Amino acid sequence: MAFAAFATAEAQTQAPKRKSRIALFLLLPGIAYLVLFFLAPLISLLLTSLQAPREFGDIGQFDYAFNWQNYTAVVESYLPHILRSFGYALAATLLALVISYPLAYFIGVKARRWPMLQGLMLVLVIAPFFISFLLRTLAWKQLLSDESFVITSLKALSLMAPDAHFTGTPFAVIFGLTYNFIPFMTLPLYTTLERLDTRYLEAGSDLYASPFTVFRKVTIPLSMPGIVAGTLLTFIPAAGDYINASRDFLGGTETQMMGNVIEANFLVLLNYPAAAALSIILMAVILVLVGVYVKRSGTEELL
Amino acid sequence: MSGEVQAAAVLGDLAGSEARDPGSRPPRRRRIGLGDWLLPAYTIIAFVFLLIPIVYTFVFSFNDSLKSNISWRGFTFDKWLNVCNVEGGAVCQAFGNSIVIGIAATVIATTLGTMIALALVRYRFRARSAISLLLFLPMATPEVVLGAGLAAQFLAVGVPKDMTTIILAHTMFCISFVVVTVKARISSLDPALEEAGRDLYGSPAQVFWRVTFPLLTPGILAAALLSFALSFDDFIITNFNSGSVSTFPKYVYISASRGIPAEANVIASAVFLFALALVVVAQVSRTARAKRLAQLG
Repeated sequence: MAFAAFATAEAQTQAPKRKSRIALFLLLPGIAYLVLFFLAPLISLLLTSLQAPREFGDIGQFDYAFNWQNYTAVVESYLPHILRSFGYALAATLLALVISYPLAYFIGVKARRWPMLQGLMLVLVIAPFFISFLLRTLAWKQLLSDESFVITSLKALSLMAPDAHFTGTPFAVIFGLTYNFIPFMTLPLYTTLERLDTRYLEAGSDLYASPFTVFRKVTIPLSMPGIVAGTLLTFIPAAGDYINASRDFLGGTETQMMGNVIEANFLVLLNYPAAAALSIILMAVILVLVGVYVKRSGTEELL
Repeated sequence: MSGEVQAAAVLGDLAGSEARDPGSRPPRRRRIGLGDWLLPAYTIIAFVFLLIPIVYTFVFSFNDSLKSNISWRGFTFDKWLNVCNVEGGAVCQAFGNSIVIGIAATVIATTLGTMIALALVRYRFRARSAISLLLFLPMATPEVVLGAGLAAQFLAVGVPKDMTTIILAHTMFCISFVVVTVKARISSLDPALEEAGRDLYGSPAQVFWRVTFPLLTPGILAAALLSFALSFDDFIITNFNSGSVSTFPKYVYISASRGIPAEANVIASAVFLFALALVVVAQVSRTARAKRLAQLG
């Protein structure tokens, strides 16, 4: 939706031509800030990713170089983490879409007649934002730990093997990612569905389409901007997330994602070039995927 | 971006236009069948799922726990009454830092972002699309990349990490969200109001400060709230740029391995209740205002 907001505001911007000196004064501080603290850091990251260890230097000492082998080295050592990041993020995005769509449809279409209820349901959707992301994830860890009521009951009912775990598995990480990003998916879906003209749906059924066909041929295409915005807003942060996959939260040693190894390399191992190279790979893959996805789904005006 | 990104939409909506155009007439009356119950029932289950961890955190803020807060040991108000007594007040210290950082980042980001939004809507200039891209990219970049990038830059320049570097980092990722929120509000302003101000011989400055700015205030407030929420709950970017300074999320992350004291649940629950009250009041007054307008029209 942040994405969508950009697009719609852009279309309305047929502003009158006025003195550009004021425009410059208004733009300069903020744009300079972003150049200094967003663009420059990306360049710094790129330069760091090519650094080579200083000769006879300590741990964490590097010199600027053109050591592109850093990239092949991190891909070699961390390929499973890279694949896991995108695999888990994709699974969580699809799950969140399936879970959020009916919810957003109910709030945006069915609840139109009751604006107060609609408002309160929206507040409930964003309610998880008001409590720390980390504490929510920890709550799930404790609710689904081996000693928890849920897991012991499942084991007592033989629905789960007695020696099986939930936390520390890929399922737990995907579960956590899905949970944490449902509001990101629901809100953009809600905004497009809220504007959905239900007369189109009636026209579909008047033409003898089954409810399923109406949904597939009318509702889904009309809500495409929301689907694209929601999946991007879920996929991008999910691929870079390292809280859910962290050992202290829902993950285990076999579920570490790119974020975890970037954090470990940067803050613990002080291997800055490796962390930087992984970050650049993460960002590049995301930009390419997002570009292709947005082109294919035909909603280029989003960007 | 971190958790509260999407609140942008809702907050922007709270601040924005009252008029809704659903473009539909009420659905035809039909026999009530299974399909009509399925969706509401599903919605209820989905909300229960969304709210479980919140309820858990709240309930365990009353747990008479010892060091770590994992199993239920009995009900007490003690943790609410003595929040700062644990670990020499480490939780409260972290919480205080988060508040200070949140306010500083909010003030800077809201000022810079509002200025950009005004320029984007009201003026024509070259390099417009480049600027839009520059504003869009921070929202499309994973936090771990933003955090590592800034940390690499601070390292290269030799800046030590402290409170200032956290504020600089938070301001950076808040600006784009402020621009989006405020821009939506400016675009929905009725130009006739400003024209009326000019017709009454208001100077451009008078028109801006006495007409435009008051009309923008709800949008600016929404943007400020969003910035604060983004900053307050940010962990990933903070983790890369904080050095030894603790913030509330960082405190939770570090204590996760040895168990979180119930006092952290108290602080999180209090913040939750405060934010919820704020949003409910805004939402209710908005619905009431829309109803009044509908009656007038």
